Amino acid sequence: MRIGVDVGGTNTDAVLMAGKTVLAATKSPTTEDVSGGIIASIKTILERSGKKPADIEAVMIGTTHFTNAFVEAKHLLEVGIIRLSLPSASGIPPLSDWPERLLRAVGRHVYEVAGGYQYDGRENSALDERAIAQAAKEMRKKGLKAVAIAGIFSPINAAQEDRAAQIVQQEMPEARITLSHAIGRIGMIERENAAIMNASLASLSVKVVDSFRVALKKLGLHAPFYVSQNDGTLMSAEFVEQYPVLTFASGPTNSMRGAAYLSGAKNAIVADIGGTTTDIGVLSNGFPRESSVTVDIGGVRTNFRMPDIFAIGLGGGSLVRVAKNSVTVGPDSVGFRLLEKGLAFGGDTLTASDIAVAAGAADMGDRSLVEHLDKGMVDQAVDVIHRLLSEAVDRMKSSAAAAPLILVGGGSVLISRQIPGVSDILVPQNAAVANAIGAAIAQVGGEVDRVFSYEELGRDGALRAAKAEASERALAAGAALGTIEIVDVEELPLQYVPGGAVRLRVRAVGELAASGESRGAKA
Amino acid sequence: MKIAIADMMDLARGATFLGTGGGGDPYSGRLFAEQMIHRHGAPEMVSVADVPDDAACYIIAMMGAPTVIVEKLMNGKDAELAISKLESITGRNADYIIPAEIGGVNSTLPIAFAAQRGLPVIDADGMGRAFPEVQMTTFNVYGVPICPIVIANDHMESTVIETPVAKSAEDIGRAVAMRMGLAVMFTGYPMTGADVKRASVPGTISLAIGIGRAIAMGRHEGDPVEALLSYLKSTDYFKHCGVLFDGKVVDLLRETTRGFSIGRCIMEALDGSSRRMEVIFQNEHLVARDDKGVRAIVPDLIAMVDRETAEPITTEALRYGQRLKVVGVSAAPQMRTPQALACFGPQAFGLKEKFTPIEKLL
Repeated sequence: MRIGVDVGGTNTDAVLMAGKTVLAATKSPTTEDVSGGIIASIKTILERSGKKPADIEAVMIGTTHFTNAFVEAKHLLEVGIIRLSLPSASGIPPLSDWPERLLRAVGRHVYEVAGGYQYDGRENSALDERAIAQAAKEMRKKGLKAVAIAGIFSPINAAQEDRAAQIVQQEMPEARITLSHAIGRIGMIERENAAIMNASLASLSVKVVDSFRVALKKLGLHAPFYVSQNDGTLMSAEFVEQYPVLTFASGPTNSMRGAAYLSGAKNAIVADIGGTTTDIGVLSNGFPRESSVTVDIGGVRTNFRMPDIFAIGLGGGSLVRVAKNSVTVGPDSVGFRLLEKGLAFGGDTLTASDIAVAAGAADMGDRSLVEHLDKGMVDQAVDVIHRLLSEAVDRMKSSAAAAPLILVGGGSVLISRQIPGVSDILVPQNAAVANAIGAAIAQVGGEVDRVFSYEELGRDGALRAAKAEASERALAAGAALGTIEIVDVEELPLQYVPGGAVRLRVRAVGELAASGESRGAKA
Repeated sequence: MKIAIADMMDLARGATFLGTGGGGDPYSGRLFAEQMIHRHGAPEMVSVADVPDDAACYIIAMMGAPTVIVEKLMNGKDAELAISKLESITGRNADYIIPAEIGGVNSTLPIAFAAQRGLPVIDADGMGRAFPEVQMTTFNVYGVPICPIVIANDHMESTVIETPVAKSAEDIGRAVAMRMGLAVMFTGYPMTGADVKRASVPGTISLAIGIGRAIAMGRHEGDPVEALLSYLKSTDYFKHCGVLFDGKVVDLLRETTRGFSIGRCIMEALDGSSRRMEVIFQNEHLVARDDKGVRAIVPDLIAMVDRETAEPITTEALRYGQRLKVVGVSAAPQMRTPQALACFGPQAFGLKEKFTPIEKLL
């Protein structure tokens, strides 16, 4: 049996699952003290199902904690930044485009030293080990506890970053070091930013993981626990302590993965309709499609893996405004106050939910309170709601072929008609806790993102090598042998580079190995 | 007028629009120019008419692969090496810096270098847009020899290229760039003020800033695409313009051949008419066709912008399902003469169609 918990900004959801069956589920407001909320919700589902802590084999937790901390610049460490780049790149020093608020939090401890590679992995300059040792001495004097190291073309060749980390660790044995190649992709500025971001969360990640550990211990749960990554796979407690940024946007990811699981659809559009907004994403092979563009987090440009989510201002609490000949819906909303403000609930505000009740599509509140609404207006508002969703769905589709649409979230009652380009609308049971289910069923994965030479290896040879490497990484991350499969292959030919250089991104995932052989932390 | 840090965001956005799908993302170039302005002060921008006939005017640009340029960021010293080498060959120190390519990342480097050297930058360039090859400039078309060329890299290595044939300069230059790390600084086309007056496309830095500013203002006022068009219509070069298509991407084909990103983007109309448009690109967009035939063709500009925000979109960022407006824009008159078309007209890119000015197609 597994427990899945999703700690969102508003709600903490938890489910207990035995195989494919949901034994118990609960939704409660997120508490200021996160572990308190986790304890309460796990207690609830254990009580409801009558199961004992000893029955639980694994606990999976999804959290928005790290995203929020970074965006709000709270609990961040100052970061020592070593860039392996000279003689290149000195015209754009690290932190060049960071907002003032975050600069104050991470400080300006920047060291540019000789190092870096060419596009084909040859050295661009030899690593200046002495300068790195000197930088580490200074950082130690400053009392810094977190270090980010980023080198030119480190995703192609990581040896210099690894060596630099050794040198820093010697001077600063306690320092938490983030290497850019472990997180980011091609794009020096964005990858370096991701490394700095990750390093700044180093002490918070230890604290949060520890609070999870303590919470589970209090509950008498001794099963290993894992944290959700934003690609729908799991990471062990030690891994989260090292790479907290990989939890960014894991909420929508879990919700999409849960939707896939509940509906059985592996390739589909998912719309998570909440109170204020609808998040739309695309499932490809059961996993969320990744964003291919740079992502801005709290005003900092990064390029690490994130799900491709399109949000629109449509939800159960969206305000409905009636003018002479037109009706508009959203983007503003009464949000979580729907139950006091909505007409059907005795309030005075016309919301999208009231329209659904008046149209006979939803059964909530008191229908008699919306019976007076003009039928033509209600019809028009229903049209608008469907048009908003249709446009967003169409925008996210990856091909012209009709695809199924899975609706999750409390606002899914708003949708009662067909959507163009959609083959089927699926509203699975337990859709309200899809995110916790997504956490509970998560697998473990491995990824490769490197430049390969098709001229040298041939396309087949290069693909084979990349797939083998991704599978090995999944295995190392704790996947059970024999369950590992390749779920994503992306080929990007490099402009102007001869020799058939192609950037390959390959992802493999597998089922979590049985607890005995897994690498999850013991509580 | 001085080019301030505050102008760089508008300039970069306008340069992406004028990059017509290519030219490289000016993001890192903008940060570099901002850094140089911050360190050395804002450079003066002068109009072509104010440049003395005997002044020495040098270009500075980057040559390489976009994927390499985003890793090996600019350091500034290589540009200084390239220019000083050219100065020692010609025996004349630079009086002015002039951009060669206003579209994409190469719009920002001359500003950074002008700031660094404390030189004025000329409000002009040699393309009025972006092109994939170094001989595709009005400088070349109107008789400025491309050589001597100096290519320099971050290791303070440099190569001088001398050839009487402009296309050979491109071929040798690219081979050298490859060997020197694929993110190199390039200077050539040493010009006098008189050459600049005869052979450049004047006013293009201002136009790039104006385009960026119009889009930003449009976002405040509610209709960015309309704001962009009404700005373009108010200019001399770009006054013949219009939205050629309003649709979404339904098919995308991309491949790398001969070191270029070559491909085709097919869009379908959003009005339910199932009308389609096809845009062919070789780094930059070359031709836009619909069921009635050609709607715009190189050297006229074909840009794709987000239909809501008017954000210009490069071919690398194109994706299935994107909502785009295809904007066609007339190129400057000096880009459309028979000599100019011989250098960078449709046939220079292997297209069969003859050049037809966009005003006859709108």
